[in-house]
Amino acid sequence: MNAHATTAHHHGPAPGLLRWVTTTNHKDIGTLYLWFSLLMFFIGGSMALVVRAELFQPGLQIVDPHFFNQMTTMHALVMIFGVVMPAFVGLANWMVPIMIGAPDMALPRMNNWSFWILPFAFTMLIGTLFMEGGGPSAGWTLYPPLSLQGGNSLPFVIFAIHMMGASSIMGAINIIATIMNLRAPGMTYMRMPLFVWTWFITAYLLIAVMPVLAGAVTMLLTDKFFATSFFSAAGGGDPVMFQHIFWFFGHPEVYILILPAFGLVSEVIPTFSRKPLFGYDSMVYATASIAFLSFIVWAHHMFTVGMPLAGELFFMFTTMLIAVPTGVKVFNWVSTMWRGAMTFETPMLFALGFVVMFTIGGFSGLMLAMTPIDFQYHDTYFVVAHFHYVLVPGALFGIISGVYYWLPKWTGRHYNETLGKWHFWLSTFFVNLLFFPMHFVGLAGMPRRIPDYAVQFADFNAIATIGAFGFGFAQILLPVIVVMSILGRKKAPARVWEGAHGLEWTLSSPPPYHSFSPQPVVRSRII
Amino acid sequence: MNASPRAARAFSARLSALLFAFAPPAFADWGLNLPRGITEISRDVYLMHMVVLWICVVIGVAVFGVMTYSIVKHRKSVGAKPAQFSHSTTAEIVWSVVPFFILVAMAIPAAKALIKMEDSSNSELTVKITGHQWKWEYEYPDYGIRFFSNLGEASRKARELDSGIDPRTVPNYLLEVDKPMVLPVGTKVRFLLTSNDVLHAWWVPDFAVKKDAVPGFIREMWTVVDEPGTYRGQCAELCGRDHGFMPVVVEAVSAAQFDQWVVAEQTAAAAEAGAADRAWTISELMERGQAVYNTNCVACHQANGQGIPGAFPGLVGIEDKLTLEQHLDVVLNGVPATAMQAFGAQLSDADIAAVVTYERNAWGQQKEEMLQPSEVRAAR
Repeated sequence: MNAHATTAHHHGPAPGLLRWVTTTNHKDIGTLYLWFSLLMFFIGGSMALVVRAELFQPGLQIVDPHFFNQMTTMHALVMIFGVVMPAFVGLANWMVPIMIGAPDMALPRMNNWSFWILPFAFTMLIGTLFMEGGGPSAGWTLYPPLSLQGGNSLPFVIFAIHMMGASSIMGAINIIATIMNLRAPGMTYMRMPLFVWTWFITAYLLIAVMPVLAGAVTMLLTDKFFATSFFSAAGGGDPVMFQHIFWFFGHPEVYILILPAFGLVSEVIPTFSRKPLFGYDSMVYATASIAFLSFIVWAHHMFTVGMPLAGELFFMFTTMLIAVPTGVKVFNWVSTMWRGAMTFETPMLFALGFVVMFTIGGFSGLMLAMTPIDFQYHDTYFVVAHFHYVLVPGALFGIISGVYYWLPKWTGRHYNETLGKWHFWLSTFFVNLLFFPMHFVGLAGMPRRIPDYAVQFADFNAIATIGAFGFGFAQILLPVIVVMSILGRKKAPARVWEGAHGLEWTLSSPPPYHSFSPQPVVRSRII
Repeated sequence: MNASPRAARAFSARLSALLFAFAPPAFADWGLNLPRGITEISRDVYLMHMVVLWICVVIGVAVFGVMTYSIVKHRKSVGAKPAQFSHSTTAEIVWSVVPFFILVAMAIPAAKALIKMEDSSNSELTVKITGHQWKWEYEYPDYGIRFFSNLGEASRKARELDSGIDPRTVPNYLLEVDKPMVLPVGTKVRFLLTSNDVLHAWWVPDFAVKKDAVPGFIREMWTVVDEPGTYRGQCAELCGRDHGFMPVVVEAVSAAQFDQWVVAEQTAAAAEAGAADRAWTISELMERGQAVYNTNCVACHQANGQGIPGAFPGLVGIEDKLTLEQHLDVVLNGVPATAMQAFGAQLSDADIAAVVTYERNAWGQQKEEMLQPSEVRAAR
């Protein structure tokens, strides 16, 4: 036993760069995912800046509308599939095994493959921008018939989406297999940390809906190249059917992009409040309820397509219902802070920012749920404001909060707290300057996805553009702080934060290449 | 006037707008909120919007208030000692059940309004709306009137990339059309909505009417306009390159004025139908052709006829690539599964003859090859 443990300790990473290609270690793969996500974040962000630069003033100054549409489309695809999802999978890879006392992911070789598909998928996707006729320009939702017009980028985009889907499904299977099979003795389901719980549920959503997306885009492919008519009335099909199929994927996808962030802030807030998470059980049930509801609300993305009245009423009622479990979560976070002893290190700041600004996005979501008023909001900047509030200061702030929370654990070195706080305050100021005015122009009547606008929208658009550049450049602090932490000298202890409790804090910082020998035993809920 | 003083003035205007961003008078012209609108439905919708907004504000103030109090009072630096409670069944039941009833209270008026909005029965006038890339077609089946509504000429010139025209000098920039829809006030109008190519959405905020135009299907919506006036909106569903440039303009007029308009339209249509009976000169065709080209073709094929490589083909030298008959065929019948529409259904004989003549002579060798409206009529 002793001899075995010693051997395992010396069995470190392979030497050289090949380590990163051949690795099956969950920590290495988690690191790969996170760096990949960071790279994509800056690529997708620069596309958003092209969009905002064109929208700085009325009139067309910088790009042709055709290229503008490619930028909005590509920005969304990159941010959703290249940034938020890989970042979550990276965090899960690093932390889920450690948080449940497992030595590694259950399926390590598949883990390697699911990561290494992604760079190829995104090279192909972004490469379409350099094709004659440009990349996809019909919006990330790829609605036909528009997505079937134009250049030859479509099959490349569809193949890239298939690869991303395969990667996500493999990642999800791996996470489920790990959680079901590799929990340490005593780590019962209802003792698992919330981040593990939210990812467990998210993984089921992924397995359920990624194949649906694959089906939808494959039908686009056959409609364009193999003379089928799934989405063309001329051949007996219906363009609206694509929207139903797409949003049957798309709405659970929305929760795929937010549930792990719920888990992240549910780890961070108790730690820095020095108080157990309020309402653990109801948090788990609320997450499960949101996941269930996500399958029966999809058509609220398409209230204006002309559905039957009964359909509009059904989707309005189910959508409004989501406010209940979401409210439970927000109330629980606030109650966790209540009568705690809070400190405000960078992860906590991002988590608090998440709670406030995600809730603002939740409120506009409730307004959008109401069909008669949604007719006015639909496809305006009010919607753009809504989903950016839940995705940027929502999902993204959740991810950044998690990164700062565990960064000292990963690198074994403290990061620069002052710079971290600058990162938070600059991001928060500019993200609101960027997205809050969008509520106003949207209500005043500015449609989304337009490269030029009537002059009464000019002032708020100018403000939003200033916010966009401020937010974009503030993000350079993130890689700077991470690299400074990697190269830093200030060693972090095993338990980095005073109020931190999970199994990850029982390992050294950085943790050994192969963690948990011998296996830990869990005797109570440790959050 | 050259560009730089104008740019400087625009910049200083923007700067002062920014400086006074939080002065209340500035908000008035910016438009911060939904318009109240001029129909019964739009006022219902506005009221509901405001009620829900205030419910959200009140809940937000309560939640963020508790959070702020906690952040101020329950911080370690002021000596707070953490409590260790981790749940409260009573509180959790209260904050699940109370929001549920708030939601029910919101859902009831919303459902009532929705039922009213979807009831287009007993209409007195029908207008068929067809979305095209990138213009609207309005048809009044009861009166035999049919026309296209394109982006106004001043906006069209100003919107070109680096046009050098300040959009602020263009009246109703991007919200002006060459020919608006005309409706009588106080009349229940039913709209039949469809599309010729991709999805579009017809939207007038003041009516609280928005619906997608779906090719191959017909959707219904309705409105009763209370007050005469000009009401503006835009296409609200991404429909390709010029999605941002197909506004909706509706002029609501009195019943008597509407009747006059109908007669005038019918007379003009009869005159246009006769245009194919005579022979046209090349300069007449070129002049008209340029106007038709700038309204219908320029978005894809560009003013210089170069197109956008890979996306939209160029037309320079088309007189060598296609015979007159082939050229006419493409314009009349379109190219399936591309943005090239069948213009035969949209343009008159004279328009098609003019635009084909224009395309063959505008950029290339100017062989003065002509197509007569009568030939178009024969080819249909």
